[in-house]
Amino acid sequence: MNGSLPAIVAQFEPPTTNDFVWDCWFPGLNVGSLEFCLNFITFLVLLGFVCMLAFFFFALRSPRVVPGRLQSVAEIGVQFIRENIAIQMIGPQGESFMPLLTTFFFAIFFWNIFEVVPGINFSSNSRIAFPLVMALIAWVTYNAVGIKKHGFVGYSKHVLFPPGAPSWLMPLLVPIEFITQIVIRPITLSVRLWANFLAGHFLLAVFFLGTIAMLQGGFTAIFAPFSFAIGVALVGFEIFVSLLQAFIFTILTASYIGGAMAEEH
Amino acid sequence: MLGLLAQVTGDLEGLATIGRGLVIGLAAIGPGIGLGVLIGKSVEAMARQPEYAGQVRATMFIGIGLIEALALFGIAFSFII
Repeated sequence: MNGSLPAIVAQFEPPTTNDFVWDCWFPGLNVGSLEFCLNFITFLVLLGFVCMLAFFFFALRSPRVVPGRLQSVAEIGVQFIRENIAIQMIGPQGESFMPLLTTFFFAIFFWNIFEVVPGINFSSNSRIAFPLVMALIAWVTYNAVGIKKHGFVGYSKHVLFPPGAPSWLMPLLVPIEFITQIVIRPITLSVRLWANFLAGHFLLAVFFLGTIAMLQGGFTAIFAPFSFAIGVALVGFEIFVSLLQAFIFTILTASYIGGAMAEEH
Repeated sequence: MLGLLAQVTGDLEGLATIGRGLVIGLAAIGPGIGLGVLIGKSVEAMARQPEYAGQVRATMFIGIGLIEALALFGIAFSFII
């Protein structure tokens, strides 16, 4: 160890999970041990919601045959969801799930992109509550659609008994199918989104705080540009991840709905 | 390494820190191999049948999403330790 390393260790505070806890702005409503109040995270959720509404309002306020810039962005997005997600995963009935899938895609994207917006730098999806609620909406939707299509008994059979498997394997297969299709799916759907933005926030914090710590650490300042360059590259990566996670959440919801609606083969 | 281990013996906080690092590292191995196989095979499929590239890419992203969750479970559990 040379002389300047302890100085860095003294200045550099690694980010902890406390970075994700925000205090209430106003005294909230107490229900049992739960506290409902407005804080930074709920404000971000509302802000993302307003951004989404404003985007579609201004994009489609006066639709023209030759679309303007904003209108064509909105149209390309909706067309992409319709052709590459809804029709491809669900089939012709996918049209009726367009409102749900479009809302999922754009809402998740706007909530995600706050991770790299200067001055905010926090995604509400890095708290498990919001991805979990969206995953529960998807869970209720695909189960309800399946029950409506096949009936409760028919849907249970459709889910629990994989076609073509020998009957002596059923005692083993039925619990596995139940756990993977009913229990694990909403968990992975929400954990995937949440952990991506938890990890992304940590990465950005480590590299940018590390840049500051190295700049203040005497001769280690010569390493600061490398840390800063990786931080800038990670900002670009986070923008990509925001789009990719919105896409994956939407396409998995669509594929679960499509699986629940599929006919027996 | 051994000196570090000797220092933290009896110090549960230090052992938990080592555990966190191990969880993230070990949880990344399997999904890393899986993603390599998945994306490699997808590129191969796209090169052989360019007209099905769109379909292969959509399926590939679903697979990426499913595999990636395993590595992210590791990150999530490392904070619980």
